[in-house]
Amino acid sequence: MKATNTDEQLFKAYLSKVKKETKIVYTWQVSILITFVLLWEIASRLYWIDPLLFSSPTTICQVIIEKFSNGSLFTHLEVTLLETIAGFLIGTLFGILLAISLWTSKRFSRIMDPYLVILNAMPKVALGPIIIVALGPGYVSIIAMGAIISVIITTLVVYSAFNEVDPNFEKVLISFGASKWQIFKHAIFPATLPAMISTLKVNVGLSWVGVIVGEFLVSKQGLGYLIIYGFQVFDFSLVMASLVLIAIFAAIMYKFVERMEAWLIKHSSS
Amino acid sequence: MSFLTLDHVSHYYFSKNNYTKALDDISFSIQKGEFIALLGPSGCGKSTILSIIAGIIKQTEGKVSLQKKEVETTASEIGYMLQQDYLFPWKTIVDNVLLGPKITHTHSKNTEQKALKLLKEVGLAEVANAYPSSLSGGMRQRAALVRTLINDPKILLLDEPFSALDYQTKLKLEELVSKLLKAYHKTTILVTHDIGEAIAMSDRIFVMDANPGTISKVFEVPIELRNEPPLLVRRHPKYQILFDKVWEELDQRENVQTKKVVSINNEGD
Ligand SMILES: Nc1ncnc2c1ncn2[C@@H]1O[C@H](COP(=O)(O)OP(=O)(O)O)[C@@H](O)[C@H]1O
Ligand SMILES: [Mg+2]
Repeated sequence: MKATNTDEQLFKAYLSKVKKETKIVYTWQVSILITFVLLWEIASRLYWIDPLLFSSPTTICQVIIEKFSNGSLFTHLEVTLLETIAGFLIGTLFGILLAISLWTSKRFSRIMDPYLVILNAMPKVALGPIIIVALGPGYVSIIAMGAIISVIITTLVVYSAFNEVDPNFEKVLISFGASKWQIFKHAIFPATLPAMISTLKVNVGLSWVGVIVGEFLVSKQGLGYLIIYGFQVFDFSLVMASLVLIAIFAAIMYKFVERMEAWLIKHSSS
Repeated sequence: MSFLTLDHVSHYYFSKNNYTKALDDISFSIQKGEFIALLGPSGCGKSTILSIIAGIIKQTEGKVSLQKKEVETTASEIGYMLQQDYLFPWKTIVDNVLLGPKITHTHSKNTEQKALKLLKEVGLAEVANAYPSSLSGGMRQRAALVRTLINDPKILLLDEPFSALDYQTKLKLEELVSKLLKAYHKTTILVTHDIGEAIAMSDRIFVMDANPGTISKVFEVPIELRNEPPLLVRRHPKYQILFDKVWEELDQRENVQTKKVVSINNEGD
């Protein structure tokens, strides 16, 4: 009786210790944020930094509220979000399809190897002007940039995951007379699903880069456009407001993909 | 009339800067219903022989035929159980077992019932819907055996199926496999490096030699031992006699091997 009591107590003590630690971490996180925002505000009001260049938290908030209430921010935000999601999905999908096509033929993959290396090493955003010339100065080009930035790296990561699958799983299937497609379906795909899912998390960040740069170049709509526009008319509050929105929504998207990843992994293995 | 025939089969493994002669001029034939044990040190080409018979790799030279047909695309008529169980961790036990029928497009309600029946026979009925990771080594091995049996292969190739198990589990599994295969009249080739297991399970023992892999000697298991269950065979007086003979053969071979290695090393000096 006594023993179980102390066991329970030890466990409870452990739990409360964990809780306390988490609390401390949260407290620090919030304090850092508040300190940063406060310092920024004070520095700006006391002219330690130039408020015209670095704006201030209250001005940024005002800009955001104002632009939201007259509706002009909504379209920009919506455009950027849709472009990013589309670029992300297309890039990931094409990357995986390309990896599958490399897997189906050893020879094809050897032939493609140097091209993939070059394309991967290439800074994709440098292709921006060419893409815009080819696809026109519109959302198609921007989505293409969001996609192209992640497609090759996805291909390489997924293809190497395909190659790391234990060949003995393949042997089991071949001993039943399996076709290439059956081998893919029963062994390669399920074995590499976690690897494919983890590329999602990387790609969502990459797509933001592609889309924002695309919007810089096309300069019609979107948060990237707002940044460039604010820069040109010397409205740095607008630039900052756009940056804050990008930070918030990029984080939300990342978290969402992370949740989806956890969910997919749980449900694909059971 | 022989069931499976290997006719002057040799095999090389090639790589960019090297090659290995894994098998050298292997010839033998097996009758229907026979149980053969391939016995030899590791690296002597036992797994290579099975992979060739299963049609997973193509021999460099020679011919392999099953009931007069060349073994190329007879995959579904041959049941091959790899050295480890290789149950797919993302499939339940019953789904693992049903891989064969799904691959050969013969999957139906019937095969599902058959799978459950076989699983029950090997004592795995309760874990049919569990995942392989939750099973013990012996259970996994039994599941892999059922997966190999489900397509009714004409010949079973078992690559050291009991080598990773503890002794007691191994003896029990030998017993079960022997009973099961007798009941289904299966022709079987069992790879092992355990002399006792070879005698307890098989009708004939092919002793192999390494570098390159050849069959150095064939032992007939006395008729009195053949129909006994493995546990009783191990207690039979004739078991010990054969054991000693096989032991001697392997020992001799090992000495020859050592001399070979020594002479190669000396040449290198
Ligand atoms: N895929 C391979 N590539 C190159 N050499 C191999 C390969 N598989 C086996 N070998 C070589 O062939 C010989 C026979 O191997 P194996 O058939 O696996 O022997 P066993 O099953 O009797 O241990 C060994 O010397 C091994 O190193
Ligand atoms: Mg082997």
